[in-house]
Amino acid sequence: MSAQAKRLDRGGRIDRATPVNFTFNGKTYQGCAGDTVASALLANGVHLLARSWKYHRPRGVIAAGAEEPNALLQLETGAYAVPNARATQIELYEDLKASSVNAWPSVEFDAMAINGWFARMIPAGFYYKTFMWPKSFWTKHYEHYIRKAAGFGVAPVDHDPNRYEKTNAHCDVLVVGAGPAGLAAALAAGRSGARVILADEQAEMGGSLLASTQTIDGQPAAEWVSAALAELATLPEVRVLPRATVYGYLDHNFLTIAERLNDHLPLRARSANRERLWRVRAKRVVLATGAHERPLVFGNNDLPGVMLAGAVSTYTNRYAVRLGDKAVVFTNNDSAYQSALDLHAAGVNVVAVVDPRSNPQGELPLAARAAGIRIIDASVVTEARGGKRISGVQVMGLTANGEVGGSAQALDCDLLAISGGWSPVIHLSSQSCAKAIWSDEKACFLPGKPVQAEVSVGACAGEFTLNAALAGGLAAGAQAAQLADFETGVPATPEVRDPLEQPMLALWRVPSPAKPGRGSKAFIDFQNDVGVSDIRLAAREGYQSIEHTKRYTALGFGTDQGKLGNINGMAVLAEALAQTLPETGTTTFRPNYTPVTFGTIAGRDLGELFDPIRKTALHGWHVEHGAKFEDVGQWKRPWYYPRPGEDMHAAVNRECLAARNGVALMDASTLGKVDIQGEDAAEFLNLIYTNAWKKLGIGMARYGLMLKEDGMIFDDGVTVRLAENHFVMTTTTGGAARVMTWLERWLQTEWPHMKVRLTSVTDHWATIAVVGPKSREVVSRVCPDIDFSKEAFPFMALREGTAAGVAARVVRISFSGELSYEINVNANAARQVWDAVMAAGAEFDITPYGTETMHVLRAEKGFIIVGQDTDGSVTPQDCGMGWAIKKTGDFIGRRSFSRPDTARSDRKQLVGLLTSDPNVVLPEGAQLVKNPNAPIPNPMEGHVSSSYWSANCGRSIAMALVKDGFKRMGETLHAPLGDGRVVSATICKPVFIDPEGAHQNV
Amino acid sequence: MLLITCPWCGPRAESEFSCGGEAHIVRPKDPDALSDAEWADYVFYRTNTKGDHAEQWVHTYGCRRWFNVIRNTVTYEIKAVYKPGETPAGGEA
Ligand SMILES: [Zn+2]
Repeated sequence: MSAQAKRLDRGGRIDRATPVNFTFNGKTYQGCAGDTVASALLANGVHLLARSWKYHRPRGVIAAGAEEPNALLQLETGAYAVPNARATQIELYEDLKASSVNAWPSVEFDAMAINGWFARMIPAGFYYKTFMWPKSFWTKHYEHYIRKAAGFGVAPVDHDPNRYEKTNAHCDVLVVGAGPAGLAAALAAGRSGARVILADEQAEMGGSLLASTQTIDGQPAAEWVSAALAELATLPEVRVLPRATVYGYLDHNFLTIAERLNDHLPLRARSANRERLWRVRAKRVVLATGAHERPLVFGNNDLPGVMLAGAVSTYTNRYAVRLGDKAVVFTNNDSAYQSALDLHAAGVNVVAVVDPRSNPQGELPLAARAAGIRIIDASVVTEARGGKRISGVQVMGLTANGEVGGSAQALDCDLLAISGGWSPVIHLSSQSCAKAIWSDEKACFLPGKPVQAEVSVGACAGEFTLNAALAGGLAAGAQAAQLADFETGVPATPEVRDPLEQPMLALWRVPSPAKPGRGSKAFIDFQNDVGVSDIRLAAREGYQSIEHTKRYTALGFGTDQGKLGNINGMAVLAEALAQTLPETGTTTFRPNYTPVTFGTIAGRDLGELFDPIRKTALHGWHVEHGAKFEDVGQWKRPWYYPRPGEDMHAAVNRECLAARNGVALMDASTLGKVDIQGEDAAEFLNLIYTNAWKKLGIGMARYGLMLKEDGMIFDDGVTVRLAENHFVMTTTTGGAARVMTWLERWLQTEWPHMKVRLTSVTDHWATIAVVGPKSREVVSRVCPDIDFSKEAFPFMALREGTAAGVAARVVRISFSGELSYEINVNANAARQVWDAVMAAGAEFDITPYGTETMHVLRAEKGFIIVGQDTDGSVTPQDCGMGWAIKKTGDFIGRRSFSRPDTARSDRKQLVGLLTSDPNVVLPEGAQLVKNPNAPIPNPMEGHVSSSYWSANCGRSIAMALVKDGFKRMGETLHAPLGDGRVVSATICKPVFIDPEGAHQNV
Repeated sequence: MLLITCPWCGPRAESEFSCGGEAHIVRPKDPDALSDAEWADYVFYRTNTKGDHAEQWVHTYGCRRWFNVIRNTVTYEIKAVYKPGETPAGGEA
């Protein structure tokens, strides 16, 4: 076949002077600029584009836009691969490469097509039923089979090379859809000076007018479109967005638009951003989203060559494609007669129009008859026949009571245009929470009463004539502008003449002349291979609601979301249940209208920009010294510092030994720090912490536990008192923001009378912990103006002075049980002070250590880490920290201690665990049982919360939360592990080193 | 994406705020005077209002201030915004 053999000689909006070469299934074709892949393939006579996902039946193009369920292609390969691209929406570009999905080894010969023959073996509910069959059968046979059979395209595995961006916009009026109603609305609103955004998913604005043969003000419709766009371009407050799909209508008139910036360009010509996500807050929204034509339901209605009548007109008039040589039109309404006339005008032999209505007298049927087109009235197409392309139809009479009868006649054809009426595209209206309303008169769902500031106009409001679309659009646009406080009037509606129509005849499915269970399959949802028989089966099996039936049959699933099939499916279910369509259910659409790429949603929020990365002022030093880092919240914290040849285990052991035997230092700058000032500061801390604060001496520090009102531990840390009304609180690294919000909330909402001000100073201070028996000698050299003697600088005291010449606050506290000081300095001076500490400690081989060693050291002393040894269900008493609770006075959470469940003495309590084999380190999270051989479910006694190898102890150590643990010292429990091992361990106190606290009492 | 009017900063997108749940739950002055059931009601129980609901919000990525909102849980319409200690215009808190 020569290139574009099925291209009409004239007409259409494609640019014959600009041929475009592309590849489909490895074969090279030529189309024109302005084509979609679908129109270009049809212009080359290619109708078989895909295989259906369940039965692998041959499928072709049925529609011309977003509602296309069949022609999903794999577009491009490698990193640029796009799975499930709709051939009807892909703009053709040079060197485009596409292939069929669901076809193996090829779309022409599909080995899986045996599914069609096998259809009765996999009816609706196949998945659910299969799951109930023996498990071994499932994993060995069915899963393998289904994985091969199911699924649409293949997602790319390479990194996406494209860039995406997001932008925010506000407007007075957002108009969705640039067909006649949308263009009219944008003009009326734009002329008022209002800020208007007009978005349309297609490259070319105009919608149905681009294929229309009607005139507006005596001009061809497409010329009116050009004039409208030209005028909009002169209005400075109007923004026109082509290739922009409004896919989400969210709360408070917030809408999301995916604008495709370069998908229409050859791969080599693409640069900058691929897509732009518009986040639009609109004062008013005008929905002009048009309507989707409904298919008719009869045997083999899915054959390639069966197309929606409106799409037939679009391909004929807009894309200048000769879709066939012999066409039959099957319609229950007048609109498809226009398609018959369009085909006739394009020189296609229209064999007949089949109409279930008797003697249709509308203007278009009369025009068809006048053109010599045969009308077979009171009749239906009961079955299409053909293989990879339709070759004919069987037509039978339809009696007044809705049954087929009489003798069948066969008509040969290679194109069947079908129309079952029109469904308004109410997706966005539905997303905006308006409840769709069924109209018996128009046999469709109409947009419901607006909940948000929106209005639907034109076909999406059930107003299917051009005159109504233009008049409605102009009125709605003007009114939207007025409601957004712009003065304007409604422009006069242009001169349009719509043909007089007769009512349609609702025909949800063609009665099958065959016995039940026989006959060819009549499809309702093409994409999901759901037929009439599947929905009836669901009804027989007790599925009464459309929501259940959808899930049972997959009706309306996939990328299609029921655009074509929903209404027919609901009607067939209603019939099976002998109830009305509104009784069967309404239809609720959720975002997204059409699939949106992950890239569009992610935008630039990727990789390093996904979440802030916080680095301490000493980060550079850690990097220079080979630290391995771990993420703690958004912080990068040194994890350990391996020396050459050391693994993590060796490095941590060395660091742990150094801290207890010599001196070590750690960057503790990430601890949250809150500066608290005001005359009620101490009283505030009294309520926030479990212990008493009023009598804390100036220059002294205290450990505090913070609870939620349910009595459970929420955070902990040391707070120092700098002056009568001035404290600095430290929080856990990960809890800093939470705690700050928590404190502010109490102050602002519950205790606004308190004179307290909070300031986060986490980033302002660098904290260097100097730990170990030699720490006093080191800090004495770094801070010569501070007396570090035992008597002058006791435990839990703060001294101010200088460190390496920099103003410093030094606190003698310990999270390791060793003599230890934390030097706090302005973060800008951190490196200078750190270097001085390193220099001062050089003769003691001062050792930097990271978070892993910190964890081991604190576990050796039984100090908890909030969030590791606690999980929101642990009280201070559960941790053996009753000592941190004051005896009198209220604080947050106190009353909950006497709740019966909190007061139980046999709660899970924090204990130590020593494994029977000292070399085995229990995995954290391991569950503990009394008898590892007890039948399942084996009662759980508790779980391991912290577990390490302790070089200082020469063995493993662990902490665990165990039921009634305090009373079970010496009892052996067992941890059955996933790998089959059972580790035995004995309960002990969770202090493994220096229980008397002698180390820091020096 | 709600549009919330911070009483201090003006209308901003929901993504700048965090919701703190039901508003006007006053911490008991004397918790010891409460029965376990009364205390549990304060700590754990919240109304599940269908309709106008008073809730606390904080302008997390703005002024970091807490305030109250009357929001309809069906339509998501925000009927009133007011500062702590205030009552909403034209209605009771
Ligand atoms: Zn604010």
